[in-house]
Amino acid sequence: MQANVKVVGDTKKSFLTGNEAVTWAALAAGAEMMFGYPITPQNEVMHYWTRLAPKYGRGFLQTEDEISAGFTVCGAVQAGTKAFTATAGPGNVLMQEPFGMAEAMRLPLFAVIQQRGGPSSGTVIYSQQEVALTTYGGNGEGHRIVYSTATHQEIYDYTIKGFNTAWKYRFPTFLLGDGYQAKMREPLEMYDPEERGIEIVPTYPLLGLEGHIGENREPQHLCNIYSLEEELYDVVLRFAEEYEKISPELIEYKENQCDDADIIILSHGVVSRAADDAVKALRAQGIKAGSFRPITLRPFPQAQLREAIAKSGAKKMLIAESAYGQLDRLTKQEIYGETIKIENLFKPGVGIIDYDIINKIKSML
Amino acid sequence: MITPAVPKSWYLPSKPHKFCPGCGHGIVLKALGETIDELEIQDKTIFGCDIGCSLLSWDFFACDSTQTHHGRTTPVMVGIKRARPELITIGYMGDGGGYSIGSQHLLNAAVRNENVTLILVNNTNYGMTGGQMAPTTLPGQKTETTPYGRDPELTGYPTRGPEFLTELTPEGAYIARATVSKYKQLRRFLRNALRNQMEGNGFSFVEVLSTCPTNWRTNAQQTWRFLEDEMEPYFPVGELKSPFGKGGDK
Repeated sequence: MQANVKVVGDTKKSFLTGNEAVTWAALAAGAEMMFGYPITPQNEVMHYWTRLAPKYGRGFLQTEDEISAGFTVCGAVQAGTKAFTATAGPGNVLMQEPFGMAEAMRLPLFAVIQQRGGPSSGTVIYSQQEVALTTYGGNGEGHRIVYSTATHQEIYDYTIKGFNTAWKYRFPTFLLGDGYQAKMREPLEMYDPEERGIEIVPTYPLLGLEGHIGENREPQHLCNIYSLEEELYDVVLRFAEEYEKISPELIEYKENQCDDADIIILSHGVVSRAADDAVKALRAQGIKAGSFRPITLRPFPQAQLREAIAKSGAKKMLIAESAYGQLDRLTKQEIYGETIKIENLFKPGVGIIDYDIINKIKSML
Repeated sequence: MITPAVPKSWYLPSKPHKFCPGCGHGIVLKALGETIDELEIQDKTIFGCDIGCSLLSWDFFACDSTQTHHGRTTPVMVGIKRARPELITIGYMGDGGGYSIGSQHLLNAAVRNENVTLILVNNTNYGMTGGQMAPTTLPGQKTETTPYGRDPELTGYPTRGPEFLTELTPEGAYIARATVSKYKQLRRFLRNALRNQMEGNGFSFVEVLSTCPTNWRTNAQQTWRFLEDEMEPYFPVGELKSPFGKGGDK
């Protein structure tokens, strides 16, 4: 492995697809292995990785399915290797099983999800319909960290950050993009993380440790099943406690002109760009709109959103998403008790532009 | 009190083990422990077990161990081996995990000639979940989901794993079927399967015919009779593919 070779030397302006940005960022972050299985719209993450990885001594395996891609990542990270995968839609469904294992065993798994339309095969194009699955999928408690990106620059930044978060906190970590971000090109700045003062969190093995068993070390027995109800209970409560403890360090959000807003537009991912444009246009017309965007969908910036509502005194909030209420449900459970009137703009599997939001806001006034 | 000799690679705090009386897992794991000792690979062995009865071995060895389910032990072992080729990876699973729910992993790991060793225990039923039909249940055999006996017209014939894996694998792979009734042979096959991985030849697989008196509802005599007289004729024991050749495994 030549993980220490500088992948990106001097900072450079680039014009890339989101999938390409993921690959460069993963290389720059020192990712050593990718396990993947073809599904649109994430394929080009693998395509760029398979072209670039050998130049930097990194590994790749195309597995038999997404279940295997997820479980090989689980194996590789247990062995102490910075490994990742990328998927979408029905592939994300299959990966819930290995993601659950990563949750149960606190494995530093990092996965990129490029959302496509659903349910089932849906479309190969775009949606925000994998919010529920990525945040709370599987037979667990959603002890995951989910970054929802809005720009290619963020894809680059949060891919690097995602690996660091996974290895620092050992909760499975996700970059939640979508087909638009995956496939379209836009300018971004690529940089070497260490040049920017971003410390790369070191990896370490959970299995295959140095030393001699019985002489200078104990055998490692990793397990994700328990005989007694109370054993599992203790484990899950410990995870919950740790998750809640680190949440304040992890929560990220963007707030735009909420201070004096009469109406707040809540959205995430690329839709938040339309929301910001709508705020600008509405303000120019004398309508005091503001926007709020959770960057981390898990943990959710609930205190910050409550504060935005409180300080603005806004009476109305519009939740806009390219899904039929997944962000809406997530938000309502997080801000339970708030009396702000919530209206919706749901366009499942379809893009939302500023014009859609402006019209909806005007109908609410 | 006489303490029986146990392999050095066994983890003593987890003994006595958790398997039912008369279960074959203990014999397989003893043979595996002795083989790990003989090859002196305890420190670099990663033992991975699946869900089902094989799960009860999660803390069986004084070796670094991990655990998953649904036959996903195969891709977990593949991930570990690809990440750290110097480690010796041993996947341990049942016939349900290997031949049914995780069969795509087994098949594709074999096709890719992954340099891992997999041990699959065939006891002709899903033991842990209460004795349902497995891919290996014999025609006419009664289980909880075939209470009138397995009808091949309805559910097909038992899976012969080593036979199909022999067809799928390239030269260099090691494929064998052993039985807990022939201990020395079992030891030899396990040794070859691990040697094969250590030499980097590729995929190594040993199916072990085993016993399940709890779910078979058999006494000691009937248990052994079912293994030797019913199972072994249907599932022939021996090496199906070996890079070591005849007599090369001494």
